[in-house]
Amino acid sequence: METYYKPEDLPKFEEIGKEAPELAHKFFEYYNAVFAEGELTEREKALIALAVAHAVQCPYCIDAYTRACLEKGSNLAEMTEAVHVVTAIRGGASLVHGVQMRNIAHKISM
Amino acid sequence: MYVQATISKPIQSPEESPIDIAPFKSTLAKHRLELVRQRTHTLQINLGFLCNQTCQHCHLNAGPGRNENMNADTLNAVVAYAQRGHFETVDITGGAPELNPHLTELIEKISPLAPRIMLRSNLSALKAKMSRLIEPLKSQRVVIVASFPSLNLNQTDSQRGEGIFEESIAVLKELNAVGYGRNGSGLELNLVSNPTGAFFPPAQKQTEKRYHQILEKKWSVTFNSLFSFANVPLGRFKQWLIKSGNFEGYMQKLVSNFNPCAIEGLMCRTLVSVSWDGYLYDCDFNLARDLYMSGKKIHISEMPGPPQPGTPIITADHCYTCAAGSGFT
Repeated sequence: METYYKPEDLPKFEEIGKEAPELAHKFFEYYNAVFAEGELTEREKALIALAVAHAVQCPYCIDAYTRACLEKGSNLAEMTEAVHVVTAIRGGASLVHGVQMRNIAHKISM
Repeated sequence: MYVQATISKPIQSPEESPIDIAPFKSTLAKHRLELVRQRTHTLQINLGFLCNQTCQHCHLNAGPGRNENMNADTLNAVVAYAQRGHFETVDITGGAPELNPHLTELIEKISPLAPRIMLRSNLSALKAKMSRLIEPLKSQRVVIVASFPSLNLNQTDSQRGEGIFEESIAVLKELNAVGYGRNGSGLELNLVSNPTGAFFPPAQKQTEKRYHQILEKKWSVTFNSLFSFANVPLGRFKQWLIKSGNFEGYMQKLVSNFNPCAIEGLMCRTLVSVSWDGYLYDCDFNLARDLYMSGKKIHISEMPGPPQPGTPIITADHCYTCAAGSGFT
């Protein structure tokens, strides 16, 4: 069945530079600099990326950063915890808006 | 010199589907590289394929069902070769070398012949033979190189068998207790981490730092150095790659990560490997493939000394593993 997301498209990411090479160059240079070891290790950065990939629900990113996490030395338990962190933040972000709901409800209620 | 007919047949797994990759030899030629020997300073001795574990990543298909094990005659021929060869390092491996009944004798005979003796251990086999082996290992200052793939129980057990993680931690504690891996003891304990799947290992330096921190914090275990090696697509690991549908992807990944600069430092340039039955290979991976050194079946008793510098090294597609990235060797 035809799908919008195809695994074989992931290695074609750099083709995005064909129409706007300067912008692509700047983006990929920045991207590579972001993931290089700094105050955070490459392993820690890959775990953050994996969590965010789940938040933005990008199948390409989930594929890429699952592999990256394993190759940087993380294990499935750590990766699962990272996904729970992003789930907690997403869930918490919804729930905390309940305060707004309560404020409005209280304002217009007797 | 005793030389049998040239044998360099690749072992093809019947279920293997052909994959489209450039042969290693042609990749070397494309980069105008030759893989030849430098001065050989390491003698690797494979005592046999008998092992108490059946690890998923084993390139030799070692396991409890294997009966290939070095006998006393071959062992004496190996010792005599070590005397002729003046090697700097002797690297004892298997299978599980602890399961060879002549291991203590080998350690005692070969230790005076080389400054550095290494024993590769899966830890669980060492545990079973600890009372008999620990004194000769300590007294001869044998370096223990222990398999420890992951800090995670599930990853370790999925590669090496149920219960192996906890057993490994227990043996590392025992080794620490007698001085191995402790500062100032002169007893070196190194760890080897192989990936627990069809992916590359993490950077060695960062991983070593993390292992030091976590092993000490969680289990009070200390060690000297950690080495990260990629899994070689041979033996049981190759079978797993094929069965799990990862073989082609893994091979493509190895090929696309070929690093011409890694060739200079490949271990096969300075090592000679002898099998349980006394024949010579350029490395333990060629041994797994029956690719004899120089393409000839040469017995160790017929070898006057280390192979000559400049001797070509026999290659095959599994060589992409050691030449990938910054080199896993």
